[in-house]
Amino acid sequence: MSNKKLTTLACTAAFAMMSAGAQAQISGNVVKIGVLTDLSGTYSDLSGSGAVLATQMAIDDFIAKEKPGFKIEMVSADHQNKADIASTKAREWFDREGVDTATELVTTSVALAVMKVAKEKDKIALMSGPASTPITNEECNDVTVHYTYDTYALANGTAKAVTQQGGKTWFFLTADYAFGQSLEAQSSAVVTANGGKVLGSVRHPFPGSDFSSFLLKAQASGAQVIGLANAGADTANSIKQAAEFGITPKQSLAGLLMFITDVHSLGLKPTQGMYLTTGFYWDRNEETRAWSKRFFAKQKKMPTMVQAGQYSSVYHYLLAVKAAGTDDTKKVMAMMKKTPINDFFAKNGRIREDGRMIHDMYLVQVKKPSESQYPWDYYTVKATIPADEAFQPLSQSKCPLVKK
Amino acid sequence: MSNNKDSMLFNITPFLFGGLFLLGLVAPFMAYPVLVMKILCFGLFACAFNLLLGFAGLLSFGHAAFLGTAGYICGIMVRDVGVTPEVGILAGTLAAGALGWVFGVLAIRRTGIYFAMITLALSQMVYFLVLQWKVTGGEDGLQGVPRGHLFGIVDLSNTLSMYYLVFAVFCLGFFIIHRTVNSPFGQILKAIRENEPRAISLGYDVAKFKLMAFVISASLAGMAGATKTLVFQLASLTDVHWHMSGEVVLMTLLGGLGTILGPLVGAGTIVALQSELADTVGSWVTVIMGVIFVLCVLLFRRGIVGEIQALVKRAGIH
Amino acid sequence: MSEIFGIPTALLGSQLLVGLINGSFYAILSLGLAIIFGLLNIINFAHGAQYMMGAFVAWIGLTKFGINYWVSLLLAPILVGAVGVVLERTLLSRLYKLDHLYGLLLTFGLALIIEGVFRDQYGISGLSYDVPDALAGGVNLGFMFMPIYRGWVVVAALAVCFGTWFMIERTKLGAYLRAGTENPQIVQALGINVPLLITFTYGYGVALAAFAGVLAAPVFQVNPLMGSNLIIVVFAVVVIGGMGSILGSIVTGIGLGLIEGLTKVFYPEGSSVVVFVIMVIVLLVRPAGLFGKA
Repeated sequence: MSNKKLTTLACTAAFAMMSAGAQAQISGNVVKIGVLTDLSGTYSDLSGSGAVLATQMAIDDFIAKEKPGFKIEMVSADHQNKADIASTKAREWFDREGVDTATELVTTSVALAVMKVAKEKDKIALMSGPASTPITNEECNDVTVHYTYDTYALANGTAKAVTQQGGKTWFFLTADYAFGQSLEAQSSAVVTANGGKVLGSVRHPFPGSDFSSFLLKAQASGAQVIGLANAGADTANSIKQAAEFGITPKQSLAGLLMFITDVHSLGLKPTQGMYLTTGFYWDRNEETRAWSKRFFAKQKKMPTMVQAGQYSSVYHYLLAVKAAGTDDTKKVMAMMKKTPINDFFAKNGRIREDGRMIHDMYLVQVKKPSESQYPWDYYTVKATIPADEAFQPLSQSKCPLVKK
Repeated sequence: MSNNKDSMLFNITPFLFGGLFLLGLVAPFMAYPVLVMKILCFGLFACAFNLLLGFAGLLSFGHAAFLGTAGYICGIMVRDVGVTPEVGILAGTLAAGALGWVFGVLAIRRTGIYFAMITLALSQMVYFLVLQWKVTGGEDGLQGVPRGHLFGIVDLSNTLSMYYLVFAVFCLGFFIIHRTVNSPFGQILKAIRENEPRAISLGYDVAKFKLMAFVISASLAGMAGATKTLVFQLASLTDVHWHMSGEVVLMTLLGGLGTILGPLVGAGTIVALQSELADTVGSWVTVIMGVIFVLCVLLFRRGIVGEIQALVKRAGIH
Repeated sequence: MSEIFGIPTALLGSQLLVGLINGSFYAILSLGLAIIFGLLNIINFAHGAQYMMGAFVAWIGLTKFGINYWVSLLLAPILVGAVGVVLERTLLSRLYKLDHLYGLLLTFGLALIIEGVFRDQYGISGLSYDVPDALAGGVNLGFMFMPIYRGWVVVAALAVCFGTWFMIERTKLGAYLRAGTENPQIVQALGINVPLLITFTYGYGVALAAFAGVLAAPVFQVNPLMGSNLIIVVFAVVVIGGMGSILGSIVTGIGLGLIEGLTKVFYPEGSSVVVFVIMVIVLLVRPAGLFGKA
């Protein structure tokens, strides 16, 4: 009896020592998460303070549920959409403040700058906000996770679905810079591959405010679908003015990069019937609703996919740190890639060797005003796009880390 | 009495500069080197801008174009052409100077507010070109510029070597500005600022002097921009946006218009402020910048250094 | 279908009409700038922010207080104009004895503050303002579908522009104003309250910006940054026209809107820079601007 007790005691002691040993591998026994986001500019609605809140929620939930033996701290900063401010801040965090991972990183110029700093300093970059595919292609590295979505997934999902449903002829309204052009190129390929035809495109200055001239060109083309290869205020103004000039509903619009905040700001009247692809919709099932309502209680807005993805990515990161028993970048990255992601945001999500997190995406259609029954009741989920089809296949990847 | 004080001030200057030089040498060991490098780059940018506004009385609202163009040119040269860093900086500086000549030829046809608006509009044009041109990476910016080896020897990926290069570039730029201001050429510029018709009647080709000042200022702004690209290993649209042109006005104004050290002090304050505010106030950064602007214009037109100088002067009289 | 230079005339016609609409906005904004500049000698950098405020007042009025579009069209310029008057009295008026550049810098700072505050309050995505019912829908002109509201924008903008021109050129108040622009000391000596005249002028210029903002609200998303990019184009318009004449700024505004419309047909990629290119050409040929006095 006493012998057995002794054994138990010894075991406990050994276990305690072991876990203490594991903890000792976490620098300062603190895991520090930096949220580097746009708190004041163009993307502050779709990420911004909501992303900071989501991070805090993830940390609180993790502590409550997993009772980790280490402390978790969060710092946040506004990168003001300036790549140099972002890169200075990230450097400072990694060099001086012991930050283990820089997260969110909306807007591609910031993302590309920070992922290089992270590589140099051997820290992790978790990206929820940025959209561009080069992050996991030409520019990829082994310390970056591109979590929530990318332009390929959005353009691919929307263009494919709309073409398959009979929108065979397309005309693109494209923001005249790298991002818009790549969005157009990706969508055009999908349209053609699905038996559709691209009748033409027009490049508009970025940022623009009056799109009527370009819309009239699109109208004159006679295409069934006008693809909006732009973002943010440009997309919003294009949609609004298309309705004004009687272009919709005769021709339909396809938003290639749209967020729920865009629909919210425009209202349902001009956006009704539009198809778009999203990584997350708050009203999809019980689990998403439960989380989103907690978010709403604090933010007074429903979460965008970026904010929901931010929560999920931070939580996944913390789980990996706990499981690996260290905040060492290589080991944590290996653990993150090894472990599947299962939460309200993603089911069986996984991180590929190019850093792309793949998960199911959703094709949604914007409701008619008459169908919307309560605030933020905006989408009907039309189809689930399985993870393997949603994202760019590895066979097309330009990432040197992908072994072919 | 006042003569005595002037000579006293004059005697202080070398010590002040010497002290600052020493401070610059040890700064990377006392403060975060990247931040200090950023301050030096923007400091040089503001000093170059001040040469035009503070000493020639020309308000350019388009100086971001020079900072940005040089940054992009330097980045492209180093990354895609594969030249060494010092050649990159030189190329950026020359490109900015050439652009400055184009801007200058057009803008000096008008004065005052028109001059400001023309430079603003021209820089907006540069912004659109950079945005649409493939080579610059548009919205993504020019990323992944290697720092390379200075003269093919010194590895600049080492923070300290990079710092001393930045410091050297700053000192060179600062020296050029200092020399320019205190040369006969600088005296003529001041004369033009104070009374242009009189300078004309004295037989000076005012347009030529203004253009020269503009080109020097643009080149040095470019030198700062090219160096900045090497420090951050990127050039982005922020550098060519008109907000940047506004920021450099603010730095100069806050530090002290027409003082030799003011712009550096202003740049340091603004850069440090932006870096600090980013963590604490988030979305209020722009508002705070605006408030500083308004306060400077209304109550504080001499700027930090200007006020200190005035204080020293008053103390000297007592 | 008939064509001109390979472009269908129908498309050309519709683009010119769209250009005319944009030109109306340029005209009304550059007019406001020109009036303020005429008397105060400052460039009002906050003009774009004040245009944005006009749109926001209309939006807040409608959503929070149920004030309809027509009332807003009157109310927003008055409110924003009043804010302008306060700014002029408390801040701008301190700078008249200094270099005029300080006025530019002050208003630049004000623009940053105003935009920052609105951005913090209302976010960045923009807000929707519906076209008033009476002007909803459109008419088919044969070559294009013309939204009635756009037509109204042109009519309203032109009416206000020419009303302003008439007031300045043909009324007594306008005569004071013109005289004040020429020589404030003498006008003051003649017993006219010049400071009051200045305040009124600034308020009126700001009100014009706000009026344009209300006109723009149903066309564009109401967004805190809606004015900041527009204003630079308007600056170029002002440089091209030369700020000497009221009529000049109206004509230049409309003309550049049309040229920009044409560029969008023939070379859309260049439409953002065409105004600046024209500015360069005008500066080379006629440095004082098309209507300016050298």
